[in-house]
Amino acid sequence: MSTTTAGIILVASLAVVLTAVYKPFGDYLYRVVAGTRHSRVERGIYRLIGVDAKAEQSWGTYARSVLAFSLISLLFLYAFLRLQDRLWLSLGFDAVPDHIAWNTAVSFVTNTNWQAYSGESTMGHLVQMAGLAVQNFVSAAVGIAVAVALVRGFARSRTDQLGNFWVDLVRIALRVLLPIAVLGTIVLMIGGVVQNLSGGTDVTTVAGGTQTITGGPVASQEVIKELGTNGGGFYNANSSHPFENPTTWTNWFELLLILVIPFSLPRVFGRMVGQNRQGYAIVAVMAILAIVSVTLTNVFELTGDGAVPQAVGAAMEGKEARFGVSNSATFAAVTTLTSTGAVNSFHDSFTPLGGMMPLVNMMLGEVAPGGVGAGLYGMLILAVITVFVAGLMVGRTPEYVGKKIGAREIKFASLYFLITPMLVLIGTAAAFATGNNSTALNVGPHGLTEVLYAFTSASNNNGSAFAGITVNTPWWDTALGLCMLLGRFLPIIFVLGLAGALARQRPVPASAGTLPTHRPLFVGMLAGVTVILVALTFLPALALGPLAEGL
Amino acid sequence: MRLPTWLAQHLAAFRAVLVFTALLGLSYPLVMVGVGQLPGLHDRTEGSLVRTADGTVVGSELIGQSFTDAAGNPVPRYFQSRPSAAGDGYDPTATAASNLGPESVEDTLPVPGAVDSEGNPDEGTQSLLTQVCTRSKAAGELDGVDGRRPFCTPDGVGAVLRVFHRDGLTGPVTRAVSVNQACPATPFVGTFGRVPVECAVPGQDYSGGLITPIRGEAPAEPAVPADAVTASGSGLDPHISPAYAAIQLNRVARERRTSPDEVRRLVEEHTDGRGLGFLGEPRVNVLALNLALDRELPAGG
Repeated sequence: MSTTTAGIILVASLAVVLTAVYKPFGDYLYRVVAGTRHSRVERGIYRLIGVDAKAEQSWGTYARSVLAFSLISLLFLYAFLRLQDRLWLSLGFDAVPDHIAWNTAVSFVTNTNWQAYSGESTMGHLVQMAGLAVQNFVSAAVGIAVAVALVRGFARSRTDQLGNFWVDLVRIALRVLLPIAVLGTIVLMIGGVVQNLSGGTDVTTVAGGTQTITGGPVASQEVIKELGTNGGGFYNANSSHPFENPTTWTNWFELLLILVIPFSLPRVFGRMVGQNRQGYAIVAVMAILAIVSVTLTNVFELTGDGAVPQAVGAAMEGKEARFGVSNSATFAAVTTLTSTGAVNSFHDSFTPLGGMMPLVNMMLGEVAPGGVGAGLYGMLILAVITVFVAGLMVGRTPEYVGKKIGAREIKFASLYFLITPMLVLIGTAAAFATGNNSTALNVGPHGLTEVLYAFTSASNNNGSAFAGITVNTPWWDTALGLCMLLGRFLPIIFVLGLAGALARQRPVPASAGTLPTHRPLFVGMLAGVTVILVALTFLPALALGPLAEGL
Repeated sequence: MRLPTWLAQHLAAFRAVLVFTALLGLSYPLVMVGVGQLPGLHDRTEGSLVRTADGTVVGSELIGQSFTDAAGNPVPRYFQSRPSAAGDGYDPTATAASNLGPESVEDTLPVPGAVDSEGNPDEGTQSLLTQVCTRSKAAGELDGVDGRRPFCTPDGVGAVLRVFHRDGLTGPVTRAVSVNQACPATPFVGTFGRVPVECAVPGQDYSGGLITPIRGEAPAEPAVPADAVTASGSGLDPHISPAYAAIQLNRVARERRTSPDEVRRLVEEHTDGRGLGFLGEPRVNVLALNLALDRELPAGG
């Protein structure tokens, strides 16, 4: 079998499984967030936390709860990192320096998992599992909770109640993420992912050298890193490390973990607004964009353009022998189409156009299918913009799933869309203006791409990197930390604001003038608007980086 | 006493963080560590350690290692792993890829006599292309195959010219420098655009010229396979391609005074096909293969 055929079967097999679980798993997610009963454990937790599970919240209270929880998480994690040398299982590592601790705390709380540090030489086991991995769970749950609140905005009418953040948070963490994580950990352990508290085993190698076989609670962290679209590796080499991703089938399993929640959430949307076909339309747009992107990344990487890949005969630099070019290209596309940022190969060494694809995927706003929750609310914002554009064309008031898109709604949607491009472009410009681009490893257009990639990844909360660039300087840690923070929470505030505005409206009955939003026409328009908005925003920057290098 | 709402919210948040830390940060991973101790899982969760016949741990089946002597030269009786960017090579405490880009073709040549701020001699930096060319040449010499590659000079560096034109980017060529070949090397090509090609003077600034990699005469499919000349993502890649094993086979057989067929049999035993027929690529586990060689075809015997 050729590499190409095998690569196509890999993508097809993932598509089959995701299609098969869309309904049952989506329905399960729906029951989790729409149910009214609390389990005994959950009631215990609400008592411990001190919240009233029956009280629903307005959009403002919901937003303040999200922000309060994230702020406390941030401070807690920062303190944890700064104090790790005084706690158990630090493996003798020092306290994490202040600027790296700030960057890392922001990074994990915002579901970015950008890593300005190298796991195996900075973080002890306790800080990995009780600090970083906890945020892998809860930052993912926050994303899903916000998406659900937006969907409630569409589904409800004449109310200011959007649900209870604490209930959503606890339920998603306990009923969705934790059970899958437990099962997934066992699967990964069978595959060979390590799960121990060893500080490392020193061995004398066959040829007489020395090697330290590292240990750690890796499997339990690896699974939530993928499932929660977080992406922060236990080790510097992330999912290319044989202890994080030992075999070709664990690679397939990790791809599935990354995709399963984002691709099933549109079902929740369909169920909650009472029209499953609206969910199908959204998931269709996601799938189309994802398949195009995965295909292009594979084509560019397998073609192997560029002087070095030509000399080598294949784009194998930075790729593992067990995965090869195609499975690495697919992983790169998937990790950036979602907000994961885990890598099983190093994007910096990709062909010029192959390396541009992860960048473009992130610039799309990570909506195909996007991060857990963030992908759904990002795509719904784009749907709102699309009906607005369509409404302008035909001169009718735009509406989406029975809600009018008026001035207030489109303002929230526009603000949402504008945040990340602003952070990316201003950040990149600032790096060059202040000379901080000099930490890039490569020179010329590739150096510019490294800087652009760093800001795109941080502002979109992805976390993957063109890793040649050195980013553990105070300037980079501060700048990227700000981008991650603003790129996560400003959009969340606008999403919740939009949800509040929508929930207040009374539903408009569909009329002959309503644009049906479940037909192929709308699917095509939404995909088109997504791509065109990105092209208009980022083409000049791309032309100076990967396009200049690749064409 | 009733707390102000904002304070109550942050207090709830603080308690929530503590609850989640206890539940998801301690209970969950520690229970999973416990599950990992079960028979059948234990060997894997401890790192798939491999032992020699006498029980000494020599590494992990999943982690590649260098089969080189103290000076870094390949030990010829062993199959060699891929190049590695992890520390000094296959260092699990410093996993890394090279991160050099597809157009990393121009070296910074070491300036003889120059020292850095700490007094160490200037070693320059090698482009990815030169690293590939050097590895290809070395592997070719070690295994007795043709080490030539496209875009590589016969002396094993990147075949790259800086070409100066009269009008900047256009017009006749006025000067051409082979930037990766330090003087007094003989440039890999005599003339370019009717101008004699110069060797490069270390420390000179040639940035005014256009970077022009030269394809050269090398075969389109080099004898040394791609994985043999590139570093992996983790720097710990435990595998090589069957093609790379194939070119090393005769050398290993010769060193062990056995027939290539015997070695080929072991290579085939340690070759994994694609998972389920379509996942990943076929590959050979180097450590497992070398241990099997030592066990079944010891060098002394």
